[in-house]
Amino acid sequence: MTQSLYDRIGGDAAVNAAVDIFYRKVLADDRINDFFEDVDMEKQAAKQKAFLTVAFGGPNNYTHKAMREGHAHLVQRGLNDTHFNAVMENLAATLQELKVPPELIAEAAAIAESTRGDVLGR
Amino acid sequence: MPTITFENRRLVLREQESVLDGLLRHGVPIRSSCRNGVCQSCMMRAVDQTPPAAAQKGLRGSLKARNHFLACQCRPTADMEVALPGHDDLPWVAVKVIGKQKLSERVIQLTLQCPESFAFQAGQFINVLHDDSVRSYSIANAPNAQHTLEMHIYRIDNGRISNWVHDELAIGDTLNIQGPFGDCVYNSGDPQEPLLLVGTGCVLAALRGVIHTALQHGHTAPIHLYHGSRSLDGVYLTNEMQALQARYPQFSYTPCLSGGEVPGGFTAGRAADAALAQHPKLRDWRIYLCGNTNMVKTTKRKAFLAGAALDHIHADPFEFSHKAAPAAQAKANPVL
Repeated sequence: MTQSLYDRIGGDAAVNAAVDIFYRKVLADDRINDFFEDVDMEKQAAKQKAFLTVAFGGPNNYTHKAMREGHAHLVQRGLNDTHFNAVMENLAATLQELKVPPELIAEAAAIAESTRGDVLGR
Repeated sequence: MPTITFENRRLVLREQESVLDGLLRHGVPIRSSCRNGVCQSCMMRAVDQTPPAAAQKGLRGSLKARNHFLACQCRPTADMEVALPGHDDLPWVAVKVIGKQKLSERVIQLTLQCPESFAFQAGQFINVLHDDSVRSYSIANAPNAQHTLEMHIYRIDNGRISNWVHDELAIGDTLNIQGPFGDCVYNSGDPQEPLLLVGTGCVLAALRGVIHTALQHGHTAPIHLYHGSRSLDGVYLTNEMQALQARYPQFSYTPCLSGGEVPGGFTAGRAADAALAQHPKLRDWRIYLCGNTNMVKTTKRKAFLAGAALDHIHADPFEFSHKAAPAAQAKANPVL
């Protein structure tokens, strides 16, 4: 059996290394930072960590239903494909900055991409 | 099987069941999301015991110290009483005032005799209750063998608690306090790590505690303090900070005035603005922010964007005045 992406990318330590970089990029990105403003930064960072764990194929118990419900309030505020694309860009840029090999970045991007329908509620 | 007590209800956990799953199975609505110990949505608090270490993984030190834990990761082996985390999660304690001394025109120092069980660290803060008002004050001293606690109290125009403390509270009186709270404690563990401290008003007491502790621990990297006041009558401890600056070359003190006349030796403008302008790159720094809620929140975000790691930013936004919760009022009758 081949190792999971999560193990190959570095597991929990990789998530910890990525979370501040990713969250900083998201907060600095005027296309999407409105969706991340005005909340407790620790709570927001914990959510980013949960997202990265999912994208890295790590252990998680998210259901399609939970993913839809968790983002419904953002969809109501206008979350759309443009914003999702921006998050994808920030994810790729974060992993590049951490010198993750391109093929692993592509795998993580594919997993993140698979949540698009649920996140955007369609 | 261990039992869980929550809001006076007792329930029995199944084999290997988490506190979160047990509560949900009994119809108690606890917020959760990842159920994997990452998103921290299901944070709870153990009422009078230390939670299992696995349930505290990834939490900040100050939350761990207050027995917070993640319900989805908590599989207790003994009975546990749990609660949702909140402001009133520490008991009110009645303590005696044993000293009262004027530090400046508007600032007095109160000394309290605490019970031995009241363990605090330099840099933390406590809440003070008077009638039905609660106000947060920095602790101004380090823990000591006599279990005394000092606070600096700035007289605010029309401030209910500060005027009562200045004018009426006397040595020998009882004061109701709650705490300690706060994340602004020196725990760098790395004497080479530069420190940036920003505060407004009487939180200087807390930042001073962090600075003294750092210097005692032989901190060699730069320690920059920016202290902001609206006007000159809020400035205090200037001589002490200047003396410290003369003695320790790694320490620098920048008092800032955001209004009125700005005499020589002071920087015009807000302390946070001055600090960030002079230190635009904060990667590998440790940041301490306390005082005004808006200042702390805004500066925390800016410091993070300037490169500081989130878990290297110690931020204590003060709710300078809020109504006591009914439970606090009920519990806080003087007992001495």
